[in-house]
Amino acid sequence: MSGIGIPRRGASRDGAGEGHYRRPGSQRVPLTLFPLCGKREFTAPLGKVMASTAASPPVATVTAYELKLAWPLGAFFLLFFLAPLLLLLFISFYADTAMTHFGLTQYAKFLLDPFSLKVLGATLWLGVEVTALCLLLGFPLAYIYCRVSGWAQGVLILIVLLPLLTSVVVRTFAWIVILGRQGIINTLLLDLGLIDSPLRLLYTEGGMVVALAQVQMPLMVLPLITALTRIDPNLADASSALGAGYWRTFFKVTLPLTLPGIIAGCLLTYAAALSAFITQTLVGGGQMLFMPMYLYQQASTLNNWPFAAAISFIFLIAVLAVITIFNMLGKISQGYANA
Amino acid sequence: MKLGRRNDLDTISFHAVMVALAAICVVILISPTLIVIIVSFTNGFSLKFPPPGYSLRWYAALVDAWQLHFAALNSLKIALWTTALSILLGVAAALGIARSKTLTAKVLDSLFMSPLVLPALAFGLSALMLFTLVGLPVSPMTLVIGHTIVCVPYVIRTTVAALAQLDPVLLESSASLGASRLYSFRRITLPLIRPGILAGGFIAFMSSFDNVPVSLFLRDARTDMLPIRMWQDLEGKLDVTIAAVSGVLIVATIALMIVMERVAGLSRRLR
Repeated sequence: MSGIGIPRRGASRDGAGEGHYRRPGSQRVPLTLFPLCGKREFTAPLGKVMASTAASPPVATVTAYELKLAWPLGAFFLLFFLAPLLLLLFISFYADTAMTHFGLTQYAKFLLDPFSLKVLGATLWLGVEVTALCLLLGFPLAYIYCRVSGWAQGVLILIVLLPLLTSVVVRTFAWIVILGRQGIINTLLLDLGLIDSPLRLLYTEGGMVVALAQVQMPLMVLPLITALTRIDPNLADASSALGAGYWRTFFKVTLPLTLPGIIAGCLLTYAAALSAFITQTLVGGGQMLFMPMYLYQQASTLNNWPFAAAISFIFLIAVLAVITIFNMLGKISQGYANA
Repeated sequence: MKLGRRNDLDTISFHAVMVALAAICVVILISPTLIVIIVSFTNGFSLKFPPPGYSLRWYAALVDAWQLHFAALNSLKIALWTTALSILLGVAAALGIARSKTLTAKVLDSLFMSPLVLPALAFGLSALMLFTLVGLPVSPMTLVIGHTIVCVPYVIRTTVAALAQLDPVLLESSASLGASRLYSFRRITLPLIRPGILAGGFIAFMSSFDNVPVSLFLRDARTDMLPIRMWQDLEGKLDVTIAAVSGVLIVATIALMIVMERVAGLSRRLR
């Protein structure tokens, strides 16, 4: 895994020479999963021979594009991403709303205020709940995906991808319709005679966790599918041949080998659930306040830029801390899975 | 996978649990889409489900909803510009970092990916602060800049993945046969990574069109954006017109997805 832990196919560069092709994925991946591999490995030595006989230009300059191609975007990020974030940090150190003198007032205000701390805690906890639900439901889906035939895989992947690409407002709106007083759940329960009056599902934490889980589910399922397809099926067969049942094989073989995918999926889901402003405000309603809305209120409604900046920064630091933990876990698990 | 049938209870319980959880997951994933489409055809004034009767009245109401037209047009324009800029900057950056193993490349890679996990709302606020400080009023241009920051990671991700699959031998052969680097790029690299670029560009387009956290800060009345218009409408009242808008957006998304699946093998590139 490179960078800050975004899963990327075929991105493992370790051990790959500058001009030499290396099959993506770990050593154990059976060739059949990458139908083109055989051909590539066959042609590689030939290419090396050709390149060495041709002598000029050197192999590296032919296959590797120069790093300076990344500079325009680098400059763009420096100007419009890093500079704003530094400015945000700078403004957060203003002691008053009118921005006249400096101090740590804003941070003290946040960290000593039980209300603010509760908002931060609720936001971080919300992420845990959503991630856990996504993992619980998403893992079986990814597992089934890897064990069904081609057309069923096509259908399943479209089912997973559709929510990812549908507008967040549309998806959230759908949950308002489902969870509302006249929504499908209440209608169903009333018709079955299980309840006498409509339940309050909208604007509750449970409703919001389910809605957020649906919104973020693709971010969990996609890395899991990638991780599961990379597992050598022989390992499960071996486990079975040695007498382990399905459950034992699942917990002792499949689950540990999928850890890198699980961690990547959890990271993406968690980060997305924390900042899911739309779903939090519309399904959560006004009673529940989370960091994104807190930040927005302070910045837009109250025009308190220094405090909003401090909230943003504390939020950023909290997310960065979680990412760092996930990345460390990812490194450990990758060593474990490849061992 | 062939596993032994030593313990039937073990086999049955494992499959029952897996299938049941996966089934719940599928229901949770698709029911919102189906329900929105059904509700959008209601003939009533509420979001009651199932609807009392069916009609096209809310779709007809869309024809006169000039505010929504205006916002949709704005969103479309911003998304197109964002996609163009993201592809231009992102593909160049991906070419630069894809096969480089230097520390600089790694740092740049992390930097370019960070908007995916950092709270976009915090970035939106900081961008507004910067533009205010340098005296640049919010405009379509500032929106495109902000959107590009949060959308370009998708283009880089898919392009780098496509480049990793590209066999360098092809470029070596091309060079040894006397092709210039530009010619090799145009005739070999570009055609082979085009599906990756297309897939990334498509996701960038969709996420720009759908973006709220950045638009929230970098927009004004002249640049009203569709998702924000919808969000504000929903916060005020539960309007059935939004169901019709959602229906249109869902159908457009499915249509675009099918096209991109054919053209660029979308589902393979998102994993």
